[in-house]
Amino acid sequence: MIQVKEISKLFGKKAVVDKVSVDIQHGKITSFIGPNGAGKSTLLSMVSRLLDADTGEVLLDSSDVKKLKSNDFAKRVSILKQSNYMNVRLTIRELVSFGRFPYSRGRLNEEDIKMIDQAIDYMNLEEIQHDYLDELSGGQRQRAFIAMVIAQDTEYILLDEPLNNLDMKHSVQIMKILKKLVDELGKTVVIVLHDINFASVYSDRIVALKDGRVVKDGPTHDIINSESLKEIYDMDIPIQEMNSCRICVYFNS
Amino acid sequence: MRNSTKMILLAALAVVFCGLYLFQGLNGSYDYALPRRGIKVLAMVITGVAIAYSTVVFQTITHNRILTPSIMGLDSLYLLLQTVIIFFLGSGHIAVINAKVNFVLSLAIMVVFALLLYKFLFRSGKRPIYFLLLVGIILGTLLGSITTFLGVLIDPNEFMRVQDKMFASFNNVNGDLVWFALIIVVLTMAYGWRMVRDLDVLSLGRDNAINLGVPYDKIVKRMLVISSILIATSTALVGPITFFGLIVANLSYQFFKTYKHTVLITGAGLMSLVALIGGQWIVERVFTFSTTLSVIINFAGGVYFIYLLLRESRSA
Repeated sequence: MIQVKEISKLFGKKAVVDKVSVDIQHGKITSFIGPNGAGKSTLLSMVSRLLDADTGEVLLDSSDVKKLKSNDFAKRVSILKQSNYMNVRLTIRELVSFGRFPYSRGRLNEEDIKMIDQAIDYMNLEEIQHDYLDELSGGQRQRAFIAMVIAQDTEYILLDEPLNNLDMKHSVQIMKILKKLVDELGKTVVIVLHDINFASVYSDRIVALKDGRVVKDGPTHDIINSESLKEIYDMDIPIQEMNSCRICVYFNS
Repeated sequence: MRNSTKMILLAALAVVFCGLYLFQGLNGSYDYALPRRGIKVLAMVITGVAIAYSTVVFQTITHNRILTPSIMGLDSLYLLLQTVIIFFLGSGHIAVINAKVNFVLSLAIMVVFALLLYKFLFRSGKRPIYFLLLVGIILGTLLGSITTFLGVLIDPNEFMRVQDKMFASFNNVNGDLVWFALIIVVLTMAYGWRMVRDLDVLSLGRDNAINLGVPYDKIVKRMLVISSILIATSTALVGPITFFGLIVANLSYQFFKTYKHTVLITGAGLMSLVALIGGQWIVERVFTFSTTLSVIINFAGGVYFIYLLLRESRSA
């Protein structure tokens, strides 16, 4: 379990994340939702040590994340950010191979190669595995990066808005894969989402942030109701139930 | 063509130029000319490899392929130092005449300057590396302006001595210093080589590097120090020539088309050897010393740099 305790981040004098405490439960999909500037991505970055917290601590199975070696941490928690600009030209397979870096430090052994093949297979990228990333569509690129994270084979997978710039088909594809990762491989997924309906349909738990604080934290069905959403987004959002999915109809509210 | 084939070809070319430079027109002067040429070749190997190594490393940690470590102002500091010595102590002083004293003094001051700069800038927590570059540029310009100012005031005859130092030259390298520089460069590169695979990951960007368990800030700091020591050593040995690194690093990226720094650095190093030794051979035997190598390098480098800028702006 990842426990976030009283964590804060200040940019200048403004607290972007303000004494947030959250427990991330094992074997579930947890979504971070909230309006723009609520501190979702900042919180995720601090959990994954991309950013240092100004106060508070993050515990991974009750040991302080800061005291873990970077390499050991990378075998247990992976993070994928929304923008992945790089100035090298890589094929999908080369990128996915980087997922094994924490284990092999760049010298791949047979097990690494097996894991890379599996990850590529899992994301349906075999056919294009030797294509260069800059020649791919947004959806393929995103799948390639997720394949890297799968090859990294961590218990925890943190994703910062993985559906950004993807169309409906690819968004659904990626969410289904994340669900499969949790159900079949027993991973724990934490995901920052903008689309409340994806959060509603796919996540087990939702953490809602607003102005750097947690306003709601609980199982999805406790959060997806008009009352809670009003508190989070300041909008009156009617909820429709279809095939046991709760859909938030926010388009004209 | 496979990358290993390309590497062998490059190595062969370097060896050929090396052989040509050492043995062509020797006329049996094994006792006199050969050791002198040997020292020069060694100096070119040290400088070439050190600059190639530090430039590739520097470009990876700054995520920028048109920067060279000279942006940190070490070259300017070297020139200022030479000017100040001659300005205040005169060209007859031991720090000017004695190459060893000059070398140790220059090297020590450049390394101390770089370390103080990094210490000062990294002390106050997380600053983006671009801040460091900006400070480097500003300091470099400041030092350069002071050099020009002193150059205006200085006695014209003395200024000739300063001018000698402004361009890299392999023609009067001190034999003992070459061995000393070799030890420094080999030790520094060996230390850096242990992290060469981390560099591959750094080229994926900071976030991905941290995700993959590379202690980003630590590696970047170490690499900056390594790169500065290499640059300081080569500058103290032959003079400022860092622009050259830009050419070989980019040629190596184009030629090998890989992300692997083991290949990129080795390739850039071999290209340095070909360019320096081959270039020096042409300067000495074809142009019969009517020009210096660094003039040719700066000319070719400038043309290539403009080409890179045009290409980058098209792809952006």
